Amino acid sequence: MLRFLLSRVGQTVAVLVTVSVIIFALMRLIPGDPILMMLGDDFTEEAYQKLRAKLGFDRSIVVQYLIWLQAILRGDLGDSYLNHELVSRLVWDAFLPTLSLVVASMIVGILVAVPSGIVAAMRKDSAWDWGSMGFAIFVYSMPSFWKGIVLIWIFSVHLRWFPAMGYVAPWEDFWGGLWRLALPAVTLGTFFSGLVARIIRSSLLEVLDLDYIKAARARGVRRAALVYRHALANALIPVVTIIGLQFGTLLGGAVLTETVFGIPGMGRLTVAAILNRDYAVVQGAILLGVFAVVIVNLAVDLTYAFLNPRIRVA
Amino acid sequence: MARPLTADDLPLPAPAPTSGDVAEAGGWVRGRRWWRRFARNRGAVFGLAVFVAVVLMAVFAGVLAPYDPLTQGVGPANEAPTWKHWAGTDSFGRDMLSRIIYGARIALVVGIMSVLLAMIVGVTLGLVAGYYGGWVDVVIMRVMDGLFAFPIIILAIAMMAVMGFGVKNVIIAVAVGFVAPFARVTRADVLAVKEEPYIEAARLAGVARPAIIARHVLPNVLAPIIVQAALRVSGAIITESGLSFLGLGPPPPTPVWGSMIAEGRNFIVMAPHVSTIPGIALMVTIVGLNLLGDGLRDTLDPRLRR
Amino acid sequence: MSDPVLEVRDLVVEFRSENGPLRAVDHVSFSVDRGEIVGLVGESGAGKTLTSEAILGLIRCPPGRVAGEVRFRKHNLLTLDERTLADIRGKEIAMIFQNPGASLNPVFRVGDQLVETMALHLLDGRKTLGRRAVEILAKVGIPSAAARIRDYPHQFSGGMAQRVMIGMGVSCLPSLLIADEPTTALDVTIQAQVLALIRQLAREMGMAVLLVSHDLGIISQMCHRVIVMYAGRIVEEASIAGIFQAPAHPYTRALIACLPGLDGDGRLGAIPGVMPGLTALPTGCRFHPRCALADRRCEVDEPVLRPAGPQQIAACHLVGA
Repeated sequence: MLRFLLSRVGQTVAVLVTVSVIIFALMRLIPGDPILMMLGDDFTEEAYQKLRAKLGFDRSIVVQYLIWLQAILRGDLGDSYLNHELVSRLVWDAFLPTLSLVVASMIVGILVAVPSGIVAAMRKDSAWDWGSMGFAIFVYSMPSFWKGIVLIWIFSVHLRWFPAMGYVAPWEDFWGGLWRLALPAVTLGTFFSGLVARIIRSSLLEVLDLDYIKAARARGVRRAALVYRHALANALIPVVTIIGLQFGTLLGGAVLTETVFGIPGMGRLTVAAILNRDYAVVQGAILLGVFAVVIVNLAVDLTYAFLNPRIRVA
Repeated sequence: MARPLTADDLPLPAPAPTSGDVAEAGGWVRGRRWWRRFARNRGAVFGLAVFVAVVLMAVFAGVLAPYDPLTQGVGPANEAPTWKHWAGTDSFGRDMLSRIIYGARIALVVGIMSVLLAMIVGVTLGLVAGYYGGWVDVVIMRVMDGLFAFPIIILAIAMMAVMGFGVKNVIIAVAVGFVAPFARVTRADVLAVKEEPYIEAARLAGVARPAIIARHVLPNVLAPIIVQAALRVSGAIITESGLSFLGLGPPPPTPVWGSMIAEGRNFIVMAPHVSTIPGIALMVTIVGLNLLGDGLRDTLDPRLRR
Repeated sequence: MSDPVLEVRDLVVEFRSENGPLRAVDHVSFSVDRGEIVGLVGESGAGKTLTSEAILGLIRCPPGRVAGEVRFRKHNLLTLDERTLADIRGKEIAMIFQNPGASLNPVFRVGDQLVETMALHLLDGRKTLGRRAVEILAKVGIPSAAARIRDYPHQFSGGMAQRVMIGMGVSCLPSLLIADEPTTALDVTIQAQVLALIRQLAREMGMAVLLVSHDLGIISQMCHRVIVMYAGRIVEEASIAGIFQAPAHPYTRALIACLPGLDGDGRLGAIPGVMPGLTALPTGCRFHPRCALADRRCEVDEPVLRPAGPQQIAACHLVGA
């Protein structure tokens, strides 16, 4: 277990380093003078030279990377040239709404997918099965931004049950925040549930065919306990892993969903920054986003190690 | 004396089978039989039909489209579907149906080209990493891990920031996101195939390593790669639409489903068809492609069958 | 005189297929007496595992279909509903399987699985059952039972895991233990130990055992009586002495001839050909294509079980009387 932990943490560090190199390279590849871009409207010859020296532009690319990395690790992501705010502040403020959307979507998705997948597996090849799996494919295939627009049209414009836009942090106003998050969470969450329901179904079906289920049945374990205790305990372990790994996909989906619902999150921030050529913000947003994904992946791996006795008790 | 026994007289395996096909011998069969299995999967057949329809739409757009997709004012702005304009018109008075038909072109071109590009690069990397092993493997896979950590759309956005907009750049941006999955899948299969006796035999016979990879390893890992490719095309199209929706795709007035949906947002109350109908086209395409990909996977790789 | 614990009559197990129903077990009848160890022997695919699984209703229907009678204490097990059957499983009739490592749920501790089985059938409280579980593990020969109770299945070797399964099987004092190829997946040295354990427990508890195996050697060590199956049918049934001293059916004789002996020229015998698959059963006697003694009648007429000696029956035209 300890060995597993250490190797995973080591892997994560390697991935983070690789990611930082990729981002650094991408940023350097942007056509144009990066120093000019960073100064933007504040350009003066003096500032230019000072920044140039500070970032190490007169030295090798490796040194530049190291200087850049050092700043990142210190938490200094630079300034947004547009409004002269710290990028770290901007990005963090935008990250929280995105995060709350992703978490809410996961919850919605799991609440829909788990019963749906279990029922589909238990009544394999019945109308329930085809119906819920058909529904799963359907919602999984709908582009989330379009789904959001349709949901707005139905629930906001016509039924007036939910607001179309706006965001309030759930920790500031719980019910108000949830109410506003409802439609976006359903938009992203149903996409997520489409994926997870199918996986739960196939995982459960696979486990139900295994020897230990037959052996348990031969010992007198009843159907309900067979499925909900013996089978699910095994079937859900890989599902938990997959759910966790979808955090990255959901983050990507959130970027689009935010735009539809006007949530002031990372998506809106990043796209606006690109269109405004505010590359420091773009870099900061991507850094934070990918960093979060990598950390979540590590947490998922550790959770898996904990849940699987073969690893937990070597 | 007795009727001769043939290899088909295989004994019944002990546990109860999951399908009605008790007589089917183990493993899957190359050749013609997989057509039949594919045809039995109604979802896959539907998916194939959709795919063919979209391809035809894209290829024969010039013939099928009733109007020029870029000409403004062929009808009143934002008009709901009528007999003159089956899908209505958009805010510039352009015919929606023609724009949707031409939109299939971009969707398909980007979807297929980006997956092809990702496949070529990813499979090559996977083959090299898997077969050569050692530090080559480690380096390549670490880079792939790094790429894999990026949600695809975020990576695509970053690439667009670097490269600028335009169809070619969208293809590259989307492709970059899919290289890592191809590399991983290929490498895993290569590692398994590497131990097979016929590879050992080729090596002992003195065949050079690149030749072994090309002639012996590659054909045997191809099936799951093709399945992957089929499954990814839909993802590529969704990513491309997402980029266009955000305004980062091919610039207007190019008819692209994603940007059409974005344009229609402003008129969602008065003229919902401007957003809705391109979305339906997009959704049907994606559903079809997903079903097709699932069907191919179920047919070609029985290990993953329901 | 005989006191049957289990009586199987005309058991049929069929499966749906593209070519119509395939009959894997074709009108099999036998009984197991109290305290008896009966061996059910045959090649892979002969239907012996399906027979044993059908007894406890473990075959998934559909696509399977089970007919006939399995009499156990005045019940026909095949007609019972799942609830009543679940009460019998593990308590009155227990079953152990071929692959012990795969027969235990990997995410639950071994002790918990043992206690669960007992809790389903016995009235004692958890604490008592916990202590009993430790006793059982010790009885089946697991060292440091009290500590091992908290271990997970993957921490047990094959032989140890099978001991655990045996322990679970006998934990509720069943009248019948069905053992389906219990030692096939184990090393030869461990095999002997496990078999000895089964024999010992059977004797101590007065428990009957239905031992399913393809290995005549194992059968010869363990059983009082032997039933030989071929292609879904019983071809011979006799006491252990009868089978080995005077095998009546050509198939039985061929099987015995295949056993490697300590003397002899060191070559392994084999029966030419392969047991027929269910889609291509021969006409007449199912064994005739591989039988050195087959004649015209064997190609056409299916033989029925007839007496071939004291307490011995065989299904062969060449068997006298």
